[in-house]
Amino acid sequence: MNLVQSLLVLPRLSLRFVHVWRRNLLVWRKLAIPSVLGNLADPMIGLFGLGYGLGAMLPEVAGGPYIGFLAAGMVVSSTMYAASFESMYSAFSRLQHQKTWEAILNAPLTVDDVVLGEMVWAASKATLSGTAILLVASLLGVVGSPLALAALPVILLMGLAFAAIGLIWTAMAPSYDFFMYYFTLVMTPMTFLSGVFFPIEQLPEVLRWLAQALPLYHGVALVRPLFAGELPELWWLHLAVPLGYAVLGSSCAGADAPAPAQ
Amino acid sequence: MNAAAAPAADQAVLAVRGLRKRYGGAEVVAGVDFSVQAGECFGLLGPNGAGKTTTLRLALGQTAPDAGEIRLLGEPVPARAREARLRVGVVPQFDNLDPDFTVAENLLVYGRYFGMRHAEIQARIPALMEFAGLAGRENARLNELSGGMKRRLTLVRALVHDPDVVFMDEPTTGLDPQARHMIWERLKRLKNEGKTLVLTTHFMEEAERLCTRLAIMDRGRIIAEGAPRALIAAHIEPQVVEVHGPGVEEWSQGARAHAARVELAGETAFCYVADETALLESLRARPQLVYLHRPANLEDLFLKLTGRDMRD
Repeated sequence: MNLVQSLLVLPRLSLRFVHVWRRNLLVWRKLAIPSVLGNLADPMIGLFGLGYGLGAMLPEVAGGPYIGFLAAGMVVSSTMYAASFESMYSAFSRLQHQKTWEAILNAPLTVDDVVLGEMVWAASKATLSGTAILLVASLLGVVGSPLALAALPVILLMGLAFAAIGLIWTAMAPSYDFFMYYFTLVMTPMTFLSGVFFPIEQLPEVLRWLAQALPLYHGVALVRPLFAGELPELWWLHLAVPLGYAVLGSSCAGADAPAPAQ
Repeated sequence: MNAAAAPAADQAVLAVRGLRKRYGGAEVVAGVDFSVQAGECFGLLGPNGAGKTTTLRLALGQTAPDAGEIRLLGEPVPARAREARLRVGVVPQFDNLDPDFTVAENLLVYGRYFGMRHAEIQARIPALMEFAGLAGRENARLNELSGGMKRRLTLVRALVHDPDVVFMDEPTTGLDPQARHMIWERLKRLKNEGKTLVLTTHFMEEAERLCTRLAIMDRGRIIAEGAPRALIAAHIEPQVVEVHGPGVEEWSQGARAHAARVELAGETAFCYVADETALLESLRARPQLVYLHRPANLEDLFLKLTGRDMRD
C-alpha cells in the first residue's frame, strides 16, 4: 500500500544527486585501475574464448562470423553485470555497512537524491565497461560500421535500467547473500533468453515471448543491428521497455529504501 | 505552560507539537511537545527505546510523523525539511565517516552536500581541524585515527557549513573519559559561540554538565521537563545515602523512619532524605554496613521517574 502510494507521487528530484555521484567517483578514482581491470577481464575472456574458440567450429551465425554476433551480446551483458554489481554489492555496502547514505541524508538531500545519484553512478560505471568492450571489438575489426557509435546511448540506457533494478534489491536485501538469488535466478537465465550467445529463434515459442519482457533482450536487439550497420526494427519498442524499467525501478527503489537504522 | 512562553514558541529554533509515530504495532513516539530556543542546549534523556532517536529523526524530517506539527528554524517539517537542514548539523549516534577518504576529503565531500564550493570549504578546514584537535592530520587516513579522533571529526563534519543548530545523538557513547571530556569541552565552546544544541543522551553526567534544559522521555512520552537542578529539586530529596552489606534489608526497615524514601535494589538500599543526620547516626551503630553519602543527582531523578527495570 505504502509502495503504491509512493509510486503515485513523483520523486522529489533535485540536482543534488550530482554530489552523490561525485562522491562515488572520488572513491572510484582511488581504486580505478584494479576496478577497470576487474570489470573488463571477465567479458574479454568470454568474448575471445567463446568468439574464437567456439566460433571456429561454427558456421556463420546470423549472416556473419560468430565473434561478430557475440560482440554485441557481450557489450550489452557486461554492461548489465557492471551496473548490477555496483548497484547491489557496492551500494549495499554504502547503505548498510559504511552508513554513507545515512550521513548524506543528514545533509539537505533526500532518499530520492541518493537513489538517483547511485543509479546514475552505477550506469556511468557500466557505460565505461560496455564502451571499453565496444572499443576493443572495433580495434579487432569485429564491429564493421560507424553506426556502432549509436550503441553508446543504448549502453547508458541499459546501465540505468539494470542499476534501477539492482537498487530495488539493495533496498530490500537483508544481507549480501540475498543478491545471489538475483544473480543465479534472474541474470543468468536472462542472459540465455536474451540472444547474447545465440539467436533467440533457437528457443521454444513461449520463451521467445518471455524474452520480450526482459530489458537485456531489447538492449541486444538494438545493439546487434547497429554493429552490423543496420537500423534496428521496432527501435522505439526496444527503447521503451528498458526506459520503463529505469523509471519505474528508480521510483520503487526510492520508495523501498529502508530508513536508516533508528 | 505560562503566558510568557507562548510568543517565544513562535521564534523557537525547534517547536514540536502533538508528535506521534508508530512503527509496526508499537507507538514509539506517543504525543510529544517541546520547544527549543536559540542558544539553548536542550537534552532529550531516556532509557533505550524511549523514542529519543525517533524524535530527532522526525524533527529532521527524515521520517514522516503519523500526527503532529514540527517547525525547525521556521520551516515546516517534513514539507520543507531540506531547506531547514541546510542550517542544521547532525552528529549521528554511530560514526559514518567515509573510510575511503582522508580527514580533509571527508570534510570536502560533506560540505558539497550543502552546496558549498570547493574553495569555500577549503577555507574553513584549518579552523575546523584546530577545533577538532586534528591540526596537521588533514591527510591522515581514517584507519589511523583513534575512536575519540573520529568522533571529533564527525563533530566538525557537522559544522562544515557553519550551522545554527547542531543535533547530536548520544555524542559521547563508547568514548573513554579523556575523549569524553574533550568532546564536552568542544560542545561548551559551541554553546559560547551561540549555537543551539539539541542532544540525546543516557549519560546523566553529560546532561547535567551541558544542558540548560532537558526533557526526560520514557515509552514515547515526555515525563518531566526543566533545568537539571530545578528538576532534581522538584522531584527528589537533596541527599542520598547508599547502603550495602550484611543485614541491609533488615536495617532498611528501620531506616524508613529517618528517610523520605528507601528503595531496595538488589543488595543496596537507596535512602533519599532532606536531612541525613538521623540516618547516618543509625548507621554508626552498624559498622558492618558500608555506605556512601552524596547529593542527589540527575541519575536518581531518572531512576525514580523511569524505574530500575532493564530496558532493551
